[in-house]
Amino acid sequence: MRAPAPTRSVSHMNSSLLEVHNVTRSFGDRAVLKDVSFAVRGGRITGFVGSNGAGKTTTMRVILGVLAPDSGSVTLDGSPLGEGQRTRFGYMPEERGLYPKMKLAEQLIYLGRLHGMSAEQAKASTDALLERLSLTERADTLLEALSLGNQQRAQIAAALVHEPEVLVLDEPFSGLDPIAVESVLAVLKDRADAGVPVLFSSHQLDIVERLCDDLVVIADGQIRASGSREQLRSEHARDRFELQVDGDAGWLRNEKGVEVLEFAGGYALFEVDSPATAQRVLKTALAQSSVQRFTPSQPSLATIFKEVIK
Amino acid sequence: MTYTSPSAASATWLVAEREIRMRLRSKAFIISTVVLMLLVLGSIVIGNIVSSNSEPPSVAAVGSAAEYAEATKALDVTEVGSVDEATALVIDGEVDAAIVEDAKSPTGFKVYGLDAPPGDVINVMSLPPTVELLGEPGQNPFLIYLVSFGFGLLFFMSALTFGQIIAQSVVEEKQTRIVEILMATLPVRVLLAGKILGNSLLAFGQIVAVAAVAGIGLLATGQDLILAEIGASLVWFIVFFAFGFLMLAALYAAGAALVSRTEDLGSALTPVTMLVMIPYFGVIFFKDNDLVLTIMSYVPFAAPVGMPMRVFLGTAEWWEPLLSLALLIATTAVTIVVASRIYANGLLKMGGQVKLKDALKG
Repeated sequence: MRAPAPTRSVSHMNSSLLEVHNVTRSFGDRAVLKDVSFAVRGGRITGFVGSNGAGKTTTMRVILGVLAPDSGSVTLDGSPLGEGQRTRFGYMPEERGLYPKMKLAEQLIYLGRLHGMSAEQAKASTDALLERLSLTERADTLLEALSLGNQQRAQIAAALVHEPEVLVLDEPFSGLDPIAVESVLAVLKDRADAGVPVLFSSHQLDIVERLCDDLVVIADGQIRASGSREQLRSEHARDRFELQVDGDAGWLRNEKGVEVLEFAGGYALFEVDSPATAQRVLKTALAQSSVQRFTPSQPSLATIFKEVIK
Repeated sequence: MTYTSPSAASATWLVAEREIRMRLRSKAFIISTVVLMLLVLGSIVIGNIVSSNSEPPSVAAVGSAAEYAEATKALDVTEVGSVDEATALVIDGEVDAAIVEDAKSPTGFKVYGLDAPPGDVINVMSLPPTVELLGEPGQNPFLIYLVSFGFGLLFFMSALTFGQIIAQSVVEEKQTRIVEILMATLPVRVLLAGKILGNSLLAFGQIVAVAAVAGIGLLATGQDLILAEIGASLVWFIVFFAFGFLMLAALYAAGAALVSRTEDLGSALTPVTMLVMIPYFGVIFFKDNDLVLTIMSYVPFAAPVGMPMRVFLGTAEWWEPLLSLALLIATTAVTIVVASRIYANGLLKMGGQVKLKDALKG
């Protein structure tokens, strides 16, 4: 059953915007989320980063309506999400699980129908997804009889079968083998390209760095940073440069306005007090020997992460 | 692409339908249902054979005594020529007794037995006095025993079996963590309603099937008198069971939501299991105690057994089952509200057993 009219079609979905407004939530007297606000834009993949226990899962559960916030709200394109709205979401919880005694295709069709698809639509979508994830041959296998890798893919399929308008994935890559990571990645990019806001949490910073367009960092129940990856990088960029020369770069230590952070023979990572200092260093280097590399150093996500959660 | 979420009713049915489908796929369930039906049918057939194998007593008779014996239509008569022949047959054990003419006897006949007076032959020959009962006619004590045991056992077995099935299905969803996906898709009360509906339909279907098998069995073996006597109470039993089971199902689901592993189910469900066992033992031990039965017939969790029992005994006024049913329905409604609260709050709490107090608070 397709909705009559009120919701947008795929072509307009680029403006889809999922927003979390001032959400707080406590368990007993332990405050897990403190005034959490951020946005997930359509067509972009947003990484949600934080240490264990920082509040990622709780935030996602609030977004999905599995948990009610003590205060604050979640909106999609400005309108609050009520009951029934969240069938438009695709969710992959951190704790994986499907019915072990149900056949794979049967299970996906069931989930599709719970989200409002007709039996035929659910069947068609299931077939397409299984094909895409190379699981067609396993359609009639009981879930418990699938290999671990295939179970992981089945879990992704379960989040996607109803063609969601918003994707929320809690640690989608944890425990995945490298091949499965690639296939999940491809599917997520697909969905983002179709204009779907995609939020995924991870504590694997390298994967986040590789994949996400936007970043939200949470620590101790508070949002410490959020924005596009580039914006965060430039915000946290210091005037740092990397230099690689033939021969020894030890002379750098004696340059004025330069602080050497790392040093190894011809390689040095250093901070300068002004752009002019950087230019002077480059000229000096060229005068001394041939320069292999002279480049402004972007802080890695891990660096930014460590800085903002302090 | 957007799909509107299904209505609460159709989502409930989707959940219920899955429960039924999965259960019907389980060999254990099919086998136990068939065994239960065979058991009921078997006990009816065996009961019939036992009660109908009392062949009419055999007698040897002479002359007009033979005509008389034939006329009773309750004796298997061997007509012989002389008194000596007749007594010889008794001594040989060929017949139970001999009837001969005896002018000196007030009845005009004399009966020869072997080592004890042949009571059944004497009964046949006796003229019963006119009898009038001043009270309501009571039920046959053996039938009372059978019916109390039958209702008690049927309720006990079904409630326990399907209660366990619901509990298992709740914990399975919790243990496999699919519950989080379900909660993100459906309102929790729809999930609970679907589970209760699906399993109640199965339990109800099983009860109706067993009742039908019992009815057909009684008719087929010519015991339609018994069917007429238990018919009304059987119908009440089914009606009461339907609501009583809904209540128990909600309790089972709530209890199961408090634990995270199948292994922990036993302790969490003990209070509910007690609720199921009390009416079972109550109706068997107190089938003759009017006061206890009356109390049982109004206590909601015991009423599904107590009230049909009283209807069967004829001790309930016509309005009593209706009142008790209203009470049961009201209690069931309240129980479902409380249970769905416990259920909703218990679902996401993993690890040890959730305290009931915490589950109620949320």
